[in-house]
Amino acid sequence: MDGILLLAFLFLVAGVIAVPIASRLGLGSVLGYLIAGIAISPLLQALHVDVVAIQHFAEFGVVMMLFLVGLELQPRMLWSMRARLLGLGGLQVSLTAAAITGIAMWLGQPWNVALAVGLVLSLSSTAIVLQSLNEKGLMKSDGGQAGFSVLLFQDIAVIPMLAFIPLLALSGAPEWAEVAGVHAGDEASHASLSLVDHLDAWQAALVTAGAIAAVVVGGSFLTRPVFRFIAMAQLRELFTAAALLLVIGIALLMILVGLSPALGTFLAGVVLANSEYRHELESDIDPFKGLLLGLFFITVGAAIRFDLLLANLGSVLAMTLGLMVLKAGVLYLLARVFRITGADRWLFTLGLAQAGEFGFVLLSFTVAQAVIPAALADQLLLVVTLSMLLTPGLFILHDRLIAPRFSVSQDREPDAIDDTGSVIVAGHGRFGGIINRILLSAGFKTVVLDYQSEQLERLRAYGVKVYFGDAMRPDLLHAAGIEQARILVIAIDDRENITELVRHVTEHHPHVYIVARARDRHHVYELWAAGARDIIRETFDSSLRAGRSALEALGVHPYDAERQIRGFVINDQEQMRGVADVYDPDIPAHRNPAYVAATKRYLERYEQAMKGQSAAFGNRLDRGWVPPSAEDLAAEEAAVNKAAEADD
Amino acid sequence: MARLIVYYAHPGHKHSQANRAMAREARRVEGITFVDLYADYPRFDIDVDVEQQRLLDHDVVLFQFPVFWYSTPSLLKEWQDLVLEHGFAYGAGGDRLAGKTLMLAVTGAGPEEAYTEHGYQHHPLRAFLVPLQQTACLCEMRFTAPYVLYAALRAPSEGRVAPHVTGYRRLLEAIRDDRYDFDAAAGREVIEHDALPLREAN
Repeated sequence: MDGILLLAFLFLVAGVIAVPIASRLGLGSVLGYLIAGIAISPLLQALHVDVVAIQHFAEFGVVMMLFLVGLELQPRMLWSMRARLLGLGGLQVSLTAAAITGIAMWLGQPWNVALAVGLVLSLSSTAIVLQSLNEKGLMKSDGGQAGFSVLLFQDIAVIPMLAFIPLLALSGAPEWAEVAGVHAGDEASHASLSLVDHLDAWQAALVTAGAIAAVVVGGSFLTRPVFRFIAMAQLRELFTAAALLLVIGIALLMILVGLSPALGTFLAGVVLANSEYRHELESDIDPFKGLLLGLFFITVGAAIRFDLLLANLGSVLAMTLGLMVLKAGVLYLLARVFRITGADRWLFTLGLAQAGEFGFVLLSFTVAQAVIPAALADQLLLVVTLSMLLTPGLFILHDRLIAPRFSVSQDREPDAIDDTGSVIVAGHGRFGGIINRILLSAGFKTVVLDYQSEQLERLRAYGVKVYFGDAMRPDLLHAAGIEQARILVIAIDDRENITELVRHVTEHHPHVYIVARARDRHHVYELWAAGARDIIRETFDSSLRAGRSALEALGVHPYDAERQIRGFVINDQEQMRGVADVYDPDIPAHRNPAYVAATKRYLERYEQAMKGQSAAFGNRLDRGWVPPSAEDLAAEEAAVNKAAEADD
Repeated sequence: MARLIVYYAHPGHKHSQANRAMAREARRVEGITFVDLYADYPRFDIDVDVEQQRLLDHDVVLFQFPVFWYSTPSLLKEWQDLVLEHGFAYGAGGDRLAGKTLMLAVTGAGPEEAYTEHGYQHHPLRAFLVPLQQTACLCEMRFTAPYVLYAALRAPSEGRVAPHVTGYRRLLEAIRDDRYDFDAAAGREVIEHDALPLREAN
């Protein structure tokens, strides 16, 4: 127990110190974690910590990340990516593997070792690349999308590689019986956890297909009632537990049938991308993903064997640089062929030029299968790690030197971000529902948050995009895209929550324009003090219309009634604004002398106007149509006549 | 029987002397359509389909309004902008109003002598109504001489409102009963209450 706490404390301290510094310096969180890992590696060694075991555990962060990526990806979008997924991804893996194999053979390795090395190094780091792309908001750019296609293909390709690599050890005498035993999850040791080991190939295929179908069908039809059932308990942590259960369960199922858990959760994410629980799931899983990935990056940094590195410094550095140049070359070529242009081409080229975490897995696997000698594998492990360590540097290079040159093509980015919805509507009740309908009918994309799940399903039936969740939670606002939002409409019921939300958003997201619902006049002052400037009293406008109807029913000309109401509004708003400035939420209104004085002043003016002693109220709006008095007319005509005489 | 529609437009209805009395009288004339535009559209959200159908359902269209700054009150301008659509009132296929008649019943603040070359308005009143005349022309409508009250602001104190209102009623009834002599009117600059071009009933 103490050991675990100490370890957790160590990792957390390293992360908490290194990552903010790295972010402040513009290096990105990944490099921060890697450096933190390097920093604590002597300590970990002294404590005899099995870093590699922790790393395998932390790799689950990648699985979670792919689930989150899937959530962001509509099935339609995935389908439209198919050409790139297979074409770009397939060519990247095969060309890179072929080139590395060739070079390795030229360097004197036997063909089977060379091929294994080629396969291992052809993969890139999903963790580093996606994390960096997300952090920089480049995930939706053309280069980011292409990169993601390739990474997804690689994740899928790991499975057949695990099946193929043992054949290389037997050099030319493949025994298919042995193959079936190893195409399990990430590691050979997982093979014991397999459902399909003892089945014939066709049966295994059937079970595998069944598992995928279960994920897709279950995700489509089963999650909704289950989540609704959980939501009814009104316990937040229960929802988090359910979300974790979902991800872990699917990962486990995939391992059982010998598929990539990352692929399985990704699929589940895509299936749930249209669900109203999407943002809730996102905000529940996100912290876990972040922590696990952070842990993973730390372990990558901590696992560097500096003794080995120093002993082979020249050759390891040369191999690392050679590998990255080669991978970048292949990527650049593919980017040209697939018409990825401008800064996106460089993002794609530089971003994926490293070897990845699957390399760790495959390397230990190849050693276990006696394909690659342990000495070579140790060096390759260093190459993989170093190339990952250098990747954040390449992203910085892209950011600082390359992207600015293509700033024109980067202008398209805001468009791409649009699909998170430029408007967030918090609360979809009687108030927010109408607002949302107006925004949708005007062609704006909205993200609606509400926490009444029965209502959500009814709305879903009408095709309204609503998501389950409490808008009061900063993480949910984040998942709903508050960073990219232009407007937040606060239409929730609870008075204190509205004020709190205004305060939070004006403080943390000052770029977001807030339209806030106020319960009454005093609430308006509170919201004003909290920073909102566009404040709408929830019953004010309907009262105005009711007042207008009453005037019309009393025989007032409809246009006069309209003007009367407009005058009332202008007067009222003027008064509100005057009083709002002196309102202090910490002092009860009647004990605030400035407030009392201002209110009194307006009341006096109002009374005077009502008695017709002042032009302030009402008639100032139609003074344009009040004809001049008889005396004025006479004086005017006299002047005109005089002027006419003078002309003559 | 000519089908007559009167469009009344006055945003300061409650301050009006002449126009309000005219409108009250016009509303009482049977067998014609009377529309108070500011009452129908206090928020300016003119229903173009309804208005076009109204035009199709009538033969004579009469705008009654006070001349504000040498033009119509803003809602009546809005009405023209929206209702007289391309393809309906003018342009390709826009002949739906062809053959109908447009008449104006206007009040002017200035006295008749102001609307002369040496008066302070420098032009005859008709000069300020040319935009509407040309509108009728483009819509292939007949534009007939307007029914006018000069020096409308002083009319009440000079006892000129009542005869103008009575004349207005007779004019509307005559148009309704096909007793209004549009040919005779065509030769006139303006029509006033004491000289209505009427025919005896057949």
